[in-house]
Amino acid sequence: MPLLDVRDLSVVFNRRGTKPVTAVDGVSFTVEPGQTVGLVGESGCGKSVTSLAIMGLLPRRGNKVTGEVRFDDTDLLKLRPQDLRDWRGRDIGMIFQDPLSSLNPVLPLGIQVAEVLERHQGRTRQAALREARGLLDAVGIPDPQRRLKDYPHQLSGGMRQRALIAIALACKPRLLIADEPTTALDVTIQAQILTLLKELVDDSGTALVMITHDLGVVAGLCDTVNVLYAGKVVERAYRHHLFAEPRHPYTDGLLQSVPRLDVDRGRRLHQIRGSVSDNIPWPEGCAFAPRCDRVIDDCIGSVVPLEPTFRGGALRCANPVPLEVPA
Amino acid sequence: MTSGGISALSDHKRRRIDELISRTSETGGVSLLRDAGRRLVRNPTAVVGAVIILLFLVIAIFAPLVAPHDPVQRFPELTQNLTVDSIPGATAGHPLGSDPLGRDFASRMIFGARQTLFVGVLATLIGLLIGVLLGAIAGAVGGWLDVLIMRLTDVMLALPSLLLAITLVALASRSTQWTVIIAVAVVNVPIFARLLRGSMLAQRESDHVLAARALGVKRHTIVLRHMLPNSLTAVIVQATLTFAVAILDAAALSFLGLGDPDINRAEWGLMLGVDGVRYFEVRPELAYFPALAIILVALGFTLLGESIREALDPKNRR
Repeated sequence: MPLLDVRDLSVVFNRRGTKPVTAVDGVSFTVEPGQTVGLVGESGCGKSVTSLAIMGLLPRRGNKVTGEVRFDDTDLLKLRPQDLRDWRGRDIGMIFQDPLSSLNPVLPLGIQVAEVLERHQGRTRQAALREARGLLDAVGIPDPQRRLKDYPHQLSGGMRQRALIAIALACKPRLLIADEPTTALDVTIQAQILTLLKELVDDSGTALVMITHDLGVVAGLCDTVNVLYAGKVVERAYRHHLFAEPRHPYTDGLLQSVPRLDVDRGRRLHQIRGSVSDNIPWPEGCAFAPRCDRVIDDCIGSVVPLEPTFRGGALRCANPVPLEVPA
Repeated sequence: MTSGGISALSDHKRRRIDELISRTSETGGVSLLRDAGRRLVRNPTAVVGAVIILLFLVIAIFAPLVAPHDPVQRFPELTQNLTVDSIPGATAGHPLGSDPLGRDFASRMIFGARQTLFVGVLATLIGLLIGVLLGAIAGAVGGWLDVLIMRLTDVMLALPSLLLAITLVALASRSTQWTVIIAVAVVNVPIFARLLRGSMLAQRESDHVLAARALGVKRHTIVLRHMLPNSLTAVIVQATLTFAVAILDAAALSFLGLGDPDINRAEWGLMLGVDGVRYFEVRPELAYFPALAIILVALGFTLLGESIREALDPKNRR
């Protein structure tokens, strides 16, 4: 049984005076215990909204969330807010994009790490602080005893993200959702943070949902990858299959847009025509059709279904990139 | 170079880095408040303001020691040949002369500092307390409670503050110094409430509050530990500026005869309003000194308040 089973999750932004916008449109995916799953897509494709919806962190006013988020066979969307609060931080941890603003600027770091332990494990302040020191040590923060008393602005960006990882993993959750955890960091620090994340997740058997627009991150970390476009899953595949043989023209386009050192020297880098924001909200048919090079009649007018592939993934495309047949 | 050399070099480097780290940690992290405090001390405006306030504070606290006489004691020898035109000026033992009732004017000025600071500080603190409470509720709970509180503050802010204070004092059956304090406090409540509500709303949308919610932190903890402390800066600054306004308002009420009617109480506004106005042609000092004192104290609080605002402004951080 999967640890997290998201079924047909939809989020509609419905603010007074504006047209309703479907930000997430029938997204389904599963996460097995200990597995690392990637959600990939460009800005505005619904990655972050999906994660917030899973955590129940979207404001209730103006947002309509439908579908099911089964965690350990409990539908999180049906829990009362005060009950869901007990799950957050204890069973599901979350790391946000911007480590600079995700820590409370007026509280010493120690208190912020201790807080989650006090909340979910009933520790006293003292015991929690003692444990916090070990947690900071585990994420590679030097001299943790002293850092406990430091304020967030005294830490570097990388150290802050390490601290946030320590906080998110403090109660040994079974699932960690990382929403672009490296976007705000330097490239060198990015690599360090990703390595750390991978180590911690592997050691503790925590499942990880990695939300990113960075295909490099996906390549290094994820077991399965879900590619999102305009709020829909357009392709799901095991990492190696996705990179070796992308089937959806969008995935293919993304991969070709990444500069590579080994091929195509001197040639102009591939780009996907247009931008995603031109086409939202999309009435029917494939949302990628206006930008797609492989568009055919079937792509327009009728809904293209997400269909399983023989390799254990899924694909939403009427005219996929053909597999290379070995000669 | 051999690999041994490289590792020795990196060992040395590592030790050096550790050393640097420990040294920076020893000089201590700089919290926002400490940093602001340091900038405050360097700012001449702040120092002038602080010195003025400190001076008046010392005078107020040690009034019985500083004052040459009891402020309510009458000296009949000074008023023996009293006519309207002959209010006694400076004599031996009475550096500023006496008021028309033969009480030592210098002593009354000194005890007046006590009264003025007491009223100003208390009015500000009470206003701050109620304002913060209302603002926090409005910002944290939202909904109809927010609407109710904010419309109420709108109504209060629509009236000129002194007019509102006069109305409130007039509502009381018998005026004491407490009526003045309460009236001035109430006038300042909407300002504090509105300020705090605004920053609470901004905090509610902030990333670190979202992060705290993602950790399942309970709502009251989020409000009290994560939202409120981050919202207080603006209110603290406003409070230091409000001291000056509160002192002026309280003096104005006394001047208009709406304060404590007890003639024995030494109060600058009252001294200015009764004797200062009545005998201005004869002895203008009776008006000058209380007026000057009021202006000075208000100036001191304004200078300090303004500097604190500047010091706490994150844009000025270095």
